[in-house]
Amino acid sequence: MSAVVALCVVLPLLASALVLGLRRQAKIRDLITVSTLAAVTGLAAALLFEVDRDGTVVLRVGDWAPDLGIVLVADLFAALILVVASATILVVELFAIGQRRTPAGADPTVVSPILLVLAGGVALAILTGDLFTLFVAFELILVASYVLLTHQGHESQVRSGMTYVVINLFASTLFLFGVAIVYSATGTVNMALLAERIPALPEATQVGIGLWFLVVFGTKAAIFPLFSWLPDSYPTAPTSITAVFAGLLTKIGVYVMIRFFTLMELDALGPLLLVIAGFTMIVGVAGALAQDDVKRILSFHVVSQIGYMIMGLGLFTVAGVAGAVLFLVHQIPVKTVMFLAGGLIEDDQGTSALKKVGGLATSKPVIAVLFALPALSLAGLPPFSGFIAKLALVDAGVASGAYVIVAVALVGSMLTLLSMTKIWLGAFWGDVTPSAVPASSRRSVAIMQGAAGLAVAGTIVVAVAAGPLWRMSEQVAGDLIERTPYITEVLTEEVREASD
Amino acid sequence: MSVAMIFAVAGLVAAGTFLVTSRSLSRVVLGFALLGHAAVVALLAAGGPAGAPPIVDGQSADDIANPLPQALSLTAIVISFGLTLFVLALARRQQVLTGDDLVEDDVEDRRIATTEQAREAAIDETRELEQSNDQQEGGS
Repeated sequence: MSAVVALCVVLPLLASALVLGLRRQAKIRDLITVSTLAAVTGLAAALLFEVDRDGTVVLRVGDWAPDLGIVLVADLFAALILVVASATILVVELFAIGQRRTPAGADPTVVSPILLVLAGGVALAILTGDLFTLFVAFELILVASYVLLTHQGHESQVRSGMTYVVINLFASTLFLFGVAIVYSATGTVNMALLAERIPALPEATQVGIGLWFLVVFGTKAAIFPLFSWLPDSYPTAPTSITAVFAGLLTKIGVYVMIRFFTLMELDALGPLLLVIAGFTMIVGVAGALAQDDVKRILSFHVVSQIGYMIMGLGLFTVAGVAGAVLFLVHQIPVKTVMFLAGGLIEDDQGTSALKKVGGLATSKPVIAVLFALPALSLAGLPPFSGFIAKLALVDAGVASGAYVIVAVALVGSMLTLLSMTKIWLGAFWGDVTPSAVPASSRRSVAIMQGAAGLAVAGTIVVAVAAGPLWRMSEQVAGDLIERTPYITEVLTEEVREASD
Repeated sequence: MSVAMIFAVAGLVAAGTFLVTSRSLSRVVLGFALLGHAAVVALLAAGGPAGAPPIVDGQSADDIANPLPQALSLTAIVISFGLTLFVLALARRQQVLTGDDLVEDDVEDRRIATTEQAREAAIDETRELEQSNDQQEGGS
């Protein structure tokens, strides 16, 4: 089974090199891209099944000892997020195939190979058990995202792309300094060894390391007050690209934060994280209320929703972290499909500005349904997945006696509903505006709507399978807080034999 | 970690950060080059004191330098080299589009700033009108 862990990273990168050479053979290129992404999703699902049944799978690359070489660790948390992440990239690639050759569509000769690089980077970031490899994985993801964001070379993209690149480069440099600090304090970059050595350091050093990495990961995750690059840059990219960024990239930052802060036992930062979470929720949603463009509103919601996951982490209890994990699983497909629906609006009307769009509920009922279901889920109304995830977080908050953050979370939810209503009133009700699709357009609405429909189905699956998912989230959170399963599995003397 | 290394890192970080906050992208690129060097020096310093080359030819492990930070630094150097090229390409594109390589304002920020100015101008205008009306009334 350990070979599967490596394949999840290597397969997309190999396919990317292959696809890069196929600039003219569009059919073969699409076939390779889609089948590779589908294969990775399948492998991740098999890995999740295996890990859930038999426990953590550890791969020592090159069979080096963990303190010398690189380890890839697939525990339940990693496998769960890997399935959701790779399925999301697959759906977005399908949407991009449907959308191509429109002015708003991304260039397929660039998107296919780069999206595969992104998939490889995401898998590496999720699976790695080594701080420096995490830096490399982040760079892989970021380089792919720089190219995806700016490849059309429009003026707005270059302008916002610069902000995005400069901010993220700065965060990456800070990450590198962080690795140097951690290495000089502990003499290792292996996360399992760090988990043993960092809690043994003087408390001031621990808090210093924690704060440093809070800034590094917080910039990637777009927490308050480090989020200002996000609403500026995301809306300018082609829709399919924005969807994968919004659904996935910030969530990888949150995933790494949950992993790092629980593993290094940085509970001392809990109160600070709760304060940050509250500000992130409220400032994000307030920004969304002030906007009048669908994509910009949704971009601010990305920020606001990050706050909920940080809240679960900040509680540092099993229930809180379980809520954060479930929220992460719910948020990735919901956020993606909301941007895909925004893309369908933009594709049909030529713009996503609320003032210029109207009456879509009568003229395009399919888009209305594809938007309404995830919107209700995002606001946290029953019976959708958002309700279950928020209920878990609120429950955990009340159990910990953190009433202020619970109140802030509920106010944030109400405001989310308000701004979703704003989109609904602006874009779906009111006077019908004519469709602005040029007759010569070579896009395929069926594929685009099919891809968005798949993602909606994914969000509904999260709601229907809430029982098993909650059980898994609780187990993940228990293991994360407990820490020993991860440390012993990675550092065990005997290399675990492949059980396949 | 020797004091000289600490000062080298501090100097590079100071100069790099100053350049990165500049509006011109070519300066930003230079700033990131300096910051990247600073990070590499910090990584090397984290590896402990200098020693013989880390080659296994009968030397005892105590004499040789720690090879792990060197490997990490090499990777970091390659990555920052690639990214420097990307930012330069971006700066070139910006120059083709707008004639310079300055980082521009956020569109929304600018919109808010202009509406703010317009509102202030309107308030000033009404105030002046009111004042002149008052003067006229006082005069008549």
